[in-house]
Amino acid sequence: MNAFLELIDTYWLYFLVGQYPDGPLGGLVLTVLLSGAALVLAMPLGLMLGIARVSPYRAVSLPVAGVVQVVRAVPLLLVLFWAYFFLPAVTGVKTSQAATMLIVLVVFDSVYLAEIVAAGIRALPPGQLESARSLGLSYGQALRHVVLPQSLANGLPSIVNQLVSTIKATSLGYIIGLSEVSFIASQINTLVFTQSVQVYLILALTYFMLCFGLSRLAFLLERRLQRRAVQPN
Amino acid sequence: MQFFDPSILQSGQYHDWLVQGLILSLQLTVVSFAFALPFGALVAVMRTATFAPMRALGATIVESIRNVPLLAHLLFWYFAFPELLPESARELLYANNPEVVCAVIALSLYAGVHMAEDIRSGIRAVPATQLEAARSLGLGRAASVRLVLLPQALRASVPPLLSQTVNLWKDTSVATVIGAAEMMYQAARVETASFRSLEAFTFATLAYLTVSLLISLAAHLYGRRYPVRAA
Repeated sequence: MNAFLELIDTYWLYFLVGQYPDGPLGGLVLTVLLSGAALVLAMPLGLMLGIARVSPYRAVSLPVAGVVQVVRAVPLLLVLFWAYFFLPAVTGVKTSQAATMLIVLVVFDSVYLAEIVAAGIRALPPGQLESARSLGLSYGQALRHVVLPQSLANGLPSIVNQLVSTIKATSLGYIIGLSEVSFIASQINTLVFTQSVQVYLILALTYFMLCFGLSRLAFLLERRLQRRAVQPN
Repeated sequence: MQFFDPSILQSGQYHDWLVQGLILSLQLTVVSFAFALPFGALVAVMRTATFAPMRALGATIVESIRNVPLLAHLLFWYFAFPELLPESARELLYANNPEVVCAVIALSLYAGVHMAEDIRSGIRAVPATQLEAARSLGLGRAASVRLVLLPQALRASVPPLLSQTVNLWKDTSVATVIGAAEMMYQAARVETASFRSLEAFTFATLAYLTVSLLISLAAHLYGRRYPVRAA
């Protein structure tokens, strides 16, 4: 037990921020910042794709459906490898691991957010759009003032759950040498060498507290929304 | 150097590596599925039990496994778990392809709890009155579960279970991290040995796409053939 406390006492700062401020930011803080940034940056794209997905024009909705289908059919790790090996060749700029990871996460998140937005719009009673249109609003205005405010509020729990998925996905950065929290934990494991079980249990517990907390938040949001749901008309 | 040389994908050493990787990925999926489904069914039954501590245990298993990324599971099972084993068992593990064994353990548990949730919502989709009606018609408890509850629950849970299988198939790629020689590992190996990354990653992409889309197609066809009917 004493050795266990000593382990935490020695490495807690390294676990939290990596080599910062003497080196690049890493650890748990990097994991959280990267996931949050990816989700926020993916929102505009996700919103656009989601609206295109439910567009009445098949020329718009079909290609988006195809892209969504393809991105959901391949592992994130594969796209990460493509980006890691080919982005520098295509752009001519050496992309850092963090930037590569961020780009891949934004791509994946925008596709999953598009599904959330599209599902939210479809779940709304069609009378909402029809009455907005018959009151003289254009399709764009009806979306912006009537449909989206309601469907996005209903999609909030799913968006929080998407943040949980994103946090779990950042762990894949380990494989390209991104110094997020799993990578740091493995480094600590190499340094200490004799306490693998403790090190990896702490890692699992850290993820658990973060993700379970957020899932509970999503669950509470969902319950609150159910209580004041729009009555179908 | 040719920009895209398809010949290395048709024969030779690199072809063999990639095909071996594909086969191991498929094997990992099938074996993990075979463990995950019964485990998931068991946890789903625990979560729908009438005995409260049993439900709590089921919920604890699900939440503690699915809120930790698969990568952390793999690191734990490969680097930490063998430390907990007695000497003889550890030697047995190390003698028998430890990367694959640990990958199967982690993938089965991770996919299993997700499947448990799909099975549970399938069971909950069947109204309680169905079971009551079956009992009042004189069927025994086991018979009413087998003949009335399960056929209906199955219709609702097979499509999500198939989409969970797509996730399991994609997740086998993460086993690269502990050095299991599946498709992603072999593609990276070809890239290191030959710098033929374009060919190797194209092969992997097409293979992942094909298998995922085939499973999705199966889910779609099942949904059309056996639609969920309102009870």
